[in-house]
Amino acid sequence: MTDVASLAGGPLFGLPLAELWFVLLFFILAMFLFLDGFDFGVGALFATRDDEAEREQLLAAIGPFWDGNEVWLVVFGGAMFAAFPAVYANLFSRHYLLMFAILGALILRGLAPEMYEQRHDEAWKRWWGRAFVVGSLTAPFFLGMFTANWMLGETATLTVSGVVVGLAVVALTVVDGVAFLRLKTRGRLRADLRTAGYRALAAYLALVVVALGYVAVTRPALRSALSSPVVVALVAVTLLLAGVYAVATRSDRYYAAFGAAAGLVFALVGIVAGLLYPSIDPAGGLTVESAIVSTLPLNLMSIGAALLLPLIFGYFVVLYSAFSGPIEAGEAY
Amino acid sequence: MVDPIFASRLQFALTTIVHIVFPVMSMGLAPFLVYFTWREIRSGEAIYEQLRRFWTRIFAVSFVVGTVTGIVLEFEFGTNFAAFSTTAGELFGGPLALEGMMAFMLEATFLGVFVFGRERVSDALYMISAVAVGLGTWLSAVWILIANSWMQTPRGYELVMEGGQPIVRLVDPIAAYLNPRFFWMFVHMQNAAVESVALVMAGLGAYFVFRHHVWGNPVRHVGFWETTLKFGLIALLITAPLQVIHGDLYARHVFETQPQKFAAMEAVWETDSYVPEYIIAFPTSIENLLDPRAKEIFGIGIPGGASWLASGGDPQATIRGLEEFEGPQPPVAIVFWAFRAMVALGFWFILLAVWGSYRWWSGELYEDDLLHKALMASTPLGIIAVELGWVVTEVGRQPWVIQGVLKTSDGVSPGLTGTEATITLAGFVVVYLALLTLYVYVLVRIVRAGPPSRDDLRATPEQPGSDTTPEVSTDD
Repeated sequence: MTDVASLAGGPLFGLPLAELWFVLLFFILAMFLFLDGFDFGVGALFATRDDEAEREQLLAAIGPFWDGNEVWLVVFGGAMFAAFPAVYANLFSRHYLLMFAILGALILRGLAPEMYEQRHDEAWKRWWGRAFVVGSLTAPFFLGMFTANWMLGETATLTVSGVVVGLAVVALTVVDGVAFLRLKTRGRLRADLRTAGYRALAAYLALVVVALGYVAVTRPALRSALSSPVVVALVAVTLLLAGVYAVATRSDRYYAAFGAAAGLVFALVGIVAGLLYPSIDPAGGLTVESAIVSTLPLNLMSIGAALLLPLIFGYFVVLYSAFSGPIEAGEAY
Repeated sequence: MVDPIFASRLQFALTTIVHIVFPVMSMGLAPFLVYFTWREIRSGEAIYEQLRRFWTRIFAVSFVVGTVTGIVLEFEFGTNFAAFSTTAGELFGGPLALEGMMAFMLEATFLGVFVFGRERVSDALYMISAVAVGLGTWLSAVWILIANSWMQTPRGYELVMEGGQPIVRLVDPIAAYLNPRFFWMFVHMQNAAVESVALVMAGLGAYFVFRHHVWGNPVRHVGFWETTLKFGLIALLITAPLQVIHGDLYARHVFETQPQKFAAMEAVWETDSYVPEYIIAFPTSIENLLDPRAKEIFGIGIPGGASWLASGGDPQATIRGLEEFEGPQPPVAIVFWAFRAMVALGFWFILLAVWGSYRWWSGELYEDDLLHKALMASTPLGIIAVELGWVVTEVGRQPWVIQGVLKTSDGVSPGLTGTEATITLAGFVVVYLALLTLYVYVLVRIVRAGPPSRDDLRATPEQPGSDTTPEVSTDD
């Protein structure tokens, strides 16, 4: 009891816990966008393949992983609720329809592969295949819209910046999906995916430039944040990693390309966090310092996260090493 | 347009009522899957591989639908109940975050190994995966019930006003999170989940046993279904009596901690002693049905029964009537009838368990067609009983969302418009009906396809062609 009571006195070890949780929150978002991102990318690429055996390979590639990947979104919601309850409440209720659009897309995307495998007749496969593609394209699009609206303090649902960032996130998930699939496939499919990777990368870079330009022009208040060292560095890192991705894809260095794709996602989320800080909900007038939960629950959550996050990384290592390398013949969703 | 408060309540009710089906299936299946996997690895017997593979398919589908419907719930606190989230976030957000990190992560990652990895990983890692998945599903219940039990019997907090809004401050985490109510809920819920799955197993097993033995319509792998029926019966025999006995003690705890809810469960309006317990109650008029009052209901009552139940043995004990509580009352009709239906089902399951066990003991398990029919009809009733129990718990707490602290109507997002709420409510009605239909459709297909054939197994069959004979005794 005395131990627990003493946790109310001040932040654990005098750490800047509010800032750490801000970083952790965006780290969790980036993990979701990187991991479930390649699931979305696989869904988008599914539309480009019409050979049934290849389509089965795409589904088999994400089969064991996607559920674990999607849990990062659950943890994102939980972490925001626990650490910044007012932000969780304001933000989610403000973007009410957008939140449900994301959830609807995730339901469709999660259910479609399961249904696709149920029957083998033409019409059934065609419709559930389409549902899988639609869910995989709309989930990252709406998520990008939500993130842009959040960052820029927009109260409307449909905004220019939202659409541009939404499209950028879709392109990024395809970049990510190509890198992942080239690890998991062989032969012609693996070679074919290269072109899709280049195109998605070019589209992503163009959309990021448009998005940043749009913010610079329409938001004078954010210009100083745009030229802050962190944001400038992350933009430079994005360009550098785009180069790494292109070269690694051309020279068939699959892990390097996958790592570069991960880096691109983390850089994008970093830019968003950099433009947001020290605010955490511009539309609601909340800053990281004002929205952080009080000391006792914050300390408890910090202990919980410090103990659990290493375990979680362990689980993912077990999962991804059990299914490393290209999928074998006979492995299905 | 529907009023946003009413639409939000209805939407949350709909989304939780649909969602809970899937965790009940996965939590209930978890101990069976751990056991089947262990037996498969230890003995290499074909039947356990069949059981493990068949029920893992059902587990996997339940888990997928449970994931996508579960994310909805986690986000709905923010979208529809923003005022509740702001008020209670400090106590309520932590358990939700820990559920994600401690339970859901464990479950979802090892599920990949468990469902897809039998050929890829060692027996030891496979066994660990089975345990991790099972542990994950049960830990999930721990955190969700810690959060929910705090809403029933809030402790360990202080209420402060900030900017005109009540905020709950965590003062004593041990009092708040190790709430006595949590232990009652956890035992009742987990046992109910296993009982529900036991009924699903017994019902499906009975269907194929009936077709094979009673109808004389040969069923492939009938041995598999006979074993499934027996596993269902064993589990039912353990869980059904426990559920009723434990439920009785739990009701007593509710009487002590949430007297208003208890009065609604018994439809007692005036404070009274020597209150009877109507085990069978008939509404003799529409008014009785919609506005039940214990004193006016036609039924078979045990004199002093409700008093006895509430006090733990004193038929003269006083029960505070609903009239003693100020302000709006819970919708008594829903709570009263849901409670009765749940209790009736609980006793029905005991009867089924005893009946089935007796037939098994007397060697007539495969012949009693009435038993088969009763089990078939009861396949979904365990899940229905869980739903009814949650209706009692959640509707019985109304008008409060946090008992005595915050009213549900004050917890709804202030900016939410009727149009927005109506759009999503209508969307959920359509999507969730489709989702339930598809889930049932997939389950039926899995059941029709049956267990994997002996030829497809890793284990080598001891006797070729032994598919149609029961080859394993399950009572070891």
